[in-house]
Amino acid sequence: MTPNRMSQLSVLPFTAILIIFTGLPLLMVVLLSFWTFDGLEYRPDFTLANFAAVFAAPVTWKIFANTLRYAAITWAITLVVGFTVSFYLVFHVRNLKLQIGLFLLCTIPFWTSTVIRMISWIPFLGREGLFNTGLMQLGLIQQPLEFLLFSDFAVIITYVNLFTLFMIVPIFNAMAKIDRNVIEAALDAGATGFQILRTIIIPLSRTGIALGTIFVLTLVMGDFFVVRVMSGGQSSTVVSAMKNNIDQMYYPQAAAMAVLLIAVVLGMVATILRVVDVRAELAK
Amino acid sequence: MQSKLIFWVLTAVFGLFILFLYGPMIAIFILSFQGPTGGMTFPLRGVSLHWFADLFASSRYGDLGGAFTRSMILGLLAMIITVTVSFFAGLGFRRKFRGSGVLFYLAIISLVMPGVLTGLGIGTLFTTLGLQTNWLLSGLGAHLTWTLPFGLLIMFAVLNRFNGSWEEAARDAGATRKQVLSQVTLPILFPGLIAVALFGLTLSYDEFPRSLLTVGTKNTLPLQVASLTANVTTPALYAIGTLTTALSLAVIVVAFAAIALTGRKR
Repeated sequence: MTPNRMSQLSVLPFTAILIIFTGLPLLMVVLLSFWTFDGLEYRPDFTLANFAAVFAAPVTWKIFANTLRYAAITWAITLVVGFTVSFYLVFHVRNLKLQIGLFLLCTIPFWTSTVIRMISWIPFLGREGLFNTGLMQLGLIQQPLEFLLFSDFAVIITYVNLFTLFMIVPIFNAMAKIDRNVIEAALDAGATGFQILRTIIIPLSRTGIALGTIFVLTLVMGDFFVVRVMSGGQSSTVVSAMKNNIDQMYYPQAAAMAVLLIAVVLGMVATILRVVDVRAELAK
Repeated sequence: MQSKLIFWVLTAVFGLFILFLYGPMIAIFILSFQGPTGGMTFPLRGVSLHWFADLFASSRYGDLGGAFTRSMILGLLAMIITVTVSFFAGLGFRRKFRGSGVLFYLAIISLVMPGVLTGLGIGTLFTTLGLQTNWLLSGLGAHLTWTLPFGLLIMFAVLNRFNGSWEEAARDAGATRKQVLSQVTLPILFPGLIAVALFGLTLSYDEFPRSLLTVGTKNTLPLQVASLTANVTTPALYAIGTLTTALSLAVIVVAFAAIALTGRKR
């Protein structure tokens, strides 16, 4: 058997499963977006009506803008927090055992339920929640703050809570690979801490930043549950609107919206992968 | 002097982050032990196991036991398949082969595609083919679109530190292909495979968006819990949270203990 054949055989189960459960379903969604829906059921057709309807509705642009806004804000916060935490762990915690221990402490929530972690915020942010009662007892506010729960604020804080570790893990890995001698050399040459950060650490962490960015953006853009529960139904994103369509059996419209969303998401990911060759860097 | 200051500022930031990460979870753990007359927020009105008992006694929460069993079975199946399939896929990817680029991008698409859309595709594909969606087939497949790409990425990281010349040496010493695999490659990569298993199990056990349109009429645990968030307004909800989180933590502890033990043997 040639090495080429050997490799192909080795990846065969992986390929088969992904073709059946990702490739074909993706194709199905694209096909479905051209089908018709007569109010009772959907059937094969080739119509552009679904796309026309999606493009014509002003709400489409509103929810896309809203989704991108959530994604951008969450990305900015998770990037700053994730970078700072990784920076601290890699360069300021000298003891390796302690460093690994603290890193694991940051990642443990990843292995627990996101639904549970989301609802944990409700007793925290509510009118009579911990946050409001705390502030009232301190005498900082007289009235409970209303904007804490069922608002954009609640949505963003939940996203940050759920997704920051997707930033920390890849950035931590990238930073841990930076050769300490380079930093020593820069210090000897008289570089300031800020210069080292800007010219060595940030550029050498770019694979991690790129991977974390891909994770955070796609997770936020694919979410519907957090936005539905934490905004109290007041805000919607592309997927939450799609989910409403699906609940009302408007599958083809949902599929047309899905095709648009997939195009946007894949476009973003492709751009990031073009700027940073993640695969080559991972293999280093 | 200045670097000392930076250190303490960063330590404070890190501490706040950990508090932010765990604070809400700890709050619901405490609240799940609320007394029978207690509500969903503080203060605690007594301490009891009332709400835990209520989960088992009352039928208000739907088929929680069944949902848990299904999620466990799915998680274990996803774990076994993810470990085996990503192990061989990882080995295959060590060399460039025809189609490797396309396959890698398919894995990335699988990872970044919004989960509800994956579910929508799988669901309609099944209906179009005249098949019923059910948790053991379409549900499991949906979970694999999430666990397998993760498994592959971890395999890349694991294989990075694996030196191919060990296999070479075994082959030179006359070992067959099977012997090399079972006596050299597999034992050396074992700790990494436990990590893949941990991901496979927990990612599937907690999976929510991909499951929505693919599990058919029988809910998995995250779906059941998500539907309860809409209509359960007692601390019983937190009791569910405490139980499932305790289980997840137990799985992590077992996995890390296994990694440490197998690592020490060498």
